Parts: sequence; structure tokens; C-alpha cells
Amino acid sequence: MRFNGSEEYVSTDDLTLAVNAAIQLQRPLLVKGEPGTGKTMLAVQVAKSLGVPLLEWHIKSTTKAQQGLYEYDAVSRLRDSQLGDPRVHDIHNYIVKGMLWQAFTADGPVVLLIDEVDKADIEFPNDLLRELDRMEFYVYETRELVQARHRPIVFITSNNEKELPDAFLRRCFFHYIRFPDKETMEKIVGVHFPGLKKSLLREAMEVFFEVREVPGLKKKPSTSELLDWLKLLLAEDIPPDALRSKDRKTIIPPLHGALLKNEQDVHLFERLVFMTRAKGG
Amino acid sequence: MLIDFFLKLKSHKLPVSIKEYLTLLEAMGKGVIGPSVDDFYYLSRTALVKDEANFDKFDRAFAEFWQGVETIPGIETQIPLDWLLKQVELTLTDEEKQKIEALGGWEKLMETLKQRLEEQKGRHQGGNKWIGTGGTSPFGAYGYNPEGIRIGQDKSRNRSAVKVWDQREYRNLDDSVELGTRNIKVALRRLRRFAREGAPDEFDLENTIHSTARKAYLDIHMRPERRNTVKVLMLMDIGGTMDDHVKLAEELFSAAKTEFKHLEFFYFHNCLYDFVWKDNRRRHSERARTWDLLHKYGHDYKVIFVGDATMSPYEILQPGGSIEYFNEEPGSVWIKRFTDVYSKCIWLNPEPEEIWGYRQSIQVVKELMNGRMYPTTLSGLERAMRLLAK
Repeated sequence: MRFNGSEEYVSTDDLTLAVNAAIQLQRPLLVKGEPGTGKTMLAVQVAKSLGVPLLEWHIKSTTKAQQGLYEYDAVSRLRDSQLGDPRVHDIHNYIVKGMLWQAFTADGPVVLLIDEVDKADIEFPNDLLRELDRMEFYVYETRELVQARHRPIVFITSNNEKELPDAFLRRCFFHYIRFPDKETMEKIVGVHFPGLKKSLLREAMEVFFEVREVPGLKKKPSTSELLDWLKLLLAEDIPPDALRSKDRKTIIPPLHGALLKNEQDVHLFERLVFMTRAKGG
Repeated sequence: MLIDFFLKLKSHKLPVSIKEYLTLLEAMGKGVIGPSVDDFYYLSRTALVKDEANFDKFDRAFAEFWQGVETIPGIETQIPLDWLLKQVELTLTDEEKQKIEALGGWEKLMETLKQRLEEQKGRHQGGNKWIGTGGTSPFGAYGYNPEGIRIGQDKSRNRSAVKVWDQREYRNLDDSVELGTRNIKVALRRLRRFAREGAPDEFDLENTIHSTARKAYLDIHMRPERRNTVKVLMLMDIGGTMDDHVKLAEELFSAAKTEFKHLEFFYFHNCLYDFVWKDNRRRHSERARTWDLLHKYGHDYKVIFVGDATMSPYEILQPGGSIEYFNEEPGSVWIKRFTDVYSKCIWLNPEPEEIWGYRQSIQVVKELMNGRMYPTTLSGLERAMRLLAK
């Protein structure tokens, strides 16, 4: 199995290589990067291009590692026992399989996405060491060992909110998705808006990269913001002239709300535009 | 060969482990990559480096180790002379070409280069190194190109791998850079301490089972949720020399505010005296006595001072040293009181650590804090938080 990017996802050389290394060596791939650079999309697209199912495990601050393996529904068993339900004699009826279990026992290889691993408690990654390393775990309630029939291709994304433990990192490959350069960005846009007019694209890209250059922005607009913004520009049928370069410094780009998501940033941006306008006129 | 590479990374203080090294070897054994340094660079990075903050260090180590090496040794490369010529010509300006003429002409130079290449190839077959680091290449010696001409530059692609690590794109991610709110939060999270407190609103499975088993009917038990119970008292220097650091102090403060439930903050000016205040605009009308702070907040509070500690030493050591009013007791006494009451007490200093030695007042404060003064870089903050969390 080899991943070579897909029609809907532009993968840089280094990313492709990291993905392939992870697939061949059957190790998890940890993906970090600015928000909106396509970390989660990567797993989706790899699954799609390899033609294998995708299992997604989204992590929240309250998620426990155990929930990815299985959960023992003790309360319904207690209730059933009081109601005299015959199901109560078999503990298997009350074990709810988690995402890892499903991935381990799937009929063929699957892609498993553990999304935003840094959201969970600091100990969370440590609790998954053996599971990700040997791809097996023990179910205490039924005294059985669940082993992976096919080692799943594991993608783990992180937004860097918490440092991950060294022991965990050693077991993973690591890739940091850099913010794409102009060339890659044009490819990405081409993938999402195949029929986009060249003139609009050029103007929009220049505005976009200029906004990113504005010093002191709290949240720089990223790929997903650019795509949203282009979608809006198309929906509103904004002509490329509106983004024309000669007066760009003195106008606020239309629908800039899609690019700047923070009122302080919008404010800062407006002030800068106002200042250049005052200087120019 | 690769052991040396591994040791080189180690010597650049990269946290690489043997397990990761073995992973890299395994990947190479399985033929994940073709024989190109480009791919090797990416593969070794993805296998060995697990934090983008270390990418820059890695780039430097890689460049140092692989300087001039364009192909993984063991794989023969032919360098066509024409191609070399073309490459070189491209990089020369007219002026430089004139200099070449002065040195005996293009032809002669290429001859030397060719000789040199053959010589080096011989050495390579002996099992050593490949062509020319900047210093040994004839080009480097003649000084046509300040970086030395890269022989055997990647032929199939227009983007050479050497450039990738020479660009050092990840320099900004190195963790000696200044902090954003987010980074500060990450560091502050080290301080979290969980305990169950408050209203019971979480299902307690274990107790329910126990109790149900004992009583023979379903007896549900609840327990309070786990909460972060760390208590922090923050004292920030404001005004005067701190004006340079306002932005950083603001960020630190806003990060701390959302991170802790029990966070109390007060301002002081330059050094801690008998009064502190909560609102800088009303600093003269709404002041709190420092004594009250010491009494009100228990010794389990963790105390963080934020200040540049840059002032005249008299302001710390002399009664009446304050520049605002006559203080009966010197600042040092107040700081000492704090360090006596609160065992977890640190000072964060936004001034860079290198200059601390040259400012007498910083030295004095550091001594008063028993050496627990840290710079407000990410690593400094982490060291500080580790101490507080102990």
C-alpha cells in the first residue's frame, strides 16, 4: 500500500514520505501543524485513496484511554439483574467496543484517526502506549486478549496544547505540516475550485498572503479560511476588480470576516488600512 | 556511517533515542525511500525528531553532517562535465568571469576541478567522504561562490534537498523564542492539581457496585467532579521599566487567568512594599495591605512574582527607598516574608537571562528569592512551573 496524494488533497513530498513510512513500518503517524492546514483531512484522504475504511476517534478533554478500548456498562447490567433479564449472565452483552477494538478486529486494514490527542488529560497518551506499540490489549472483565488482526494505519493529530510524553513520541513518526507556500496553495485551491477564474485567484491569493503578513495578528488565516473565503467570493459573485492591487492597501477586502476570526485582528487590520489610506491621501 | 549521524544529532542536543534510530534503520531496510538525500532528510526527520521546536536544530546538525554529500555513500554518481560547466556558469556574474580569466582562464580551472573530482572519488571509494565541503572545493578556495559550488546538485528536481535544510525554516519554532498566550497556557498547565470538590454530579461506578452488592438493590452513588484545585497568587510589577514588557505581562496574565480557578493577582511598582493594588488606575485609592495578603491567602498558594527587578538596589534594601512614598521597611523584608510563608514562590523576569549578571538589583532579588528567578521564555517558564508543581 502506498499513498501518493489524492485528487482532493495536495500532499507535499515530505508529507507523502512520512505517510508511507508510517504505512510500511506500521507505526502511528503524529501530525501537528497550524489549525486549518488539513491535519484531520489527511487521514480521511489516505483512507479514501487506499480504499480502506476510516474509523475516527475524536478526543475531548474528558476522554479516557479506556474508552477507546472498551467500556463496561455496569449500570445496565445492574438494572437487568434486578429485572431478571437473562442477558445478565453473559458479561459480553455489557461490553461496548471502543474505536481501537473495532480497528483491531476489522476484517481488513483500516485507517484509525485519533483526532486532537492533546485535548485529553496529560496522562492520556501514556495509557495508550502498549496498545499502539503492540496493537493488543487485555479485557479484564472477560479475561481475553484482543490482538490486532491487521495492524491499523494510525494517524494522531495534535494542536500542541499539551506536550506529549517522550515514551509516546518515540513510538510514532512525526510530521509537522508547514503552512503551504504560494505554489502549493495554488494547487490546493485548484483542487477545491477547479473552475476558478485565474484573475480572481491571483488577486485573492495576493490579498490572502498580505493579510497573513500583517504583523501582530492573533490568528493568521490558514488554508481552510482561504477556501471558505473563496467560496464566499464565488457565492457573492465578487468581481476580481474588487480585489484589484493598486488600491488594495486602502480598502478592506470584501467578506474579510471569513479570513479574520478575531475582533481584535479585524480591528488591527482596519486600523492599518486606515493608516495607509491617510498616508496616501 | 549512520551511527556517526546519530551521534551528531545527539551532540546537537537533540533528544533522539536508540529506539528511534532503529526505526530509521528499519525503514531504510524496508526501502521506504530511494537513494536520495532529499528523501533521507525527510525520513530521518520524521523518524527522529518529534517536536517542531527541534526542527531547526536538526536542520543545522544535518547540514553539518551532510555538507557537500549529495548522495548516500555507496551509490555511484557520475558527474558530467558539461553539466557542471553549465551549473557553474549560471552562478557567475560578469565581474567574476573576468576574475577567472585573470586566474588562467576557464579551461584551466575546469581542469583543476576535474582533477580534484577524480582525486576525491578515489578517496570516496576508499570508504570515506564524497566531494567537496565549501573549504576544500577549488571553487571555494578561489572564492567564486561564497558558499562553495555544490557539486552533484540534485539533477532530477529543481529543488535541492540541501536548500531545504539550509533554509532553516523552523528557526522560529525553536523554544527560545518569545511566548504567545497559548504557549504560556501550555506551560502553566503543568501546575494543574486535580481533586474532587463541590457538588456530587458524576456517577461513581465503584461505590455504586459496592453499595448495591451490600444492599441487594440498586443504590446509585454520585461523587463530585475532578477539578483543578491549584491556587495561585500573582504579583506583577507595573509601570516604569516594566513598560517595555507590558505586552508580555498582559499575555502571561491573560493565560493565567483562564487557566486557574483560584487565581489572585495584585500589582506593585518596582519592588514589593507595604501596599499592593488590583486596579492600576485606582492604585492610590484602592490599595490592599501586603500584610493582609499574607494572612488571607494560605501557605498552600503558589506565588508568582512577575517583574524585571531592574531598579536601584536602594529601592530594595533601604527603608524609604521606594520612589513613590516613604516605606518604613525595605522591600527585601517584604520579599523575605513572602518566601518564608510560601514555600512555592518564584520570580519571573522578562529581561533576557544573559543580562541578569550585569544588573545589581536583579542579583539582589534573585538572592532574596533563593535563586528561584526564571526568564519568561518557554523553557524558563517550564522550569519555573516544574518547581512550583513539585
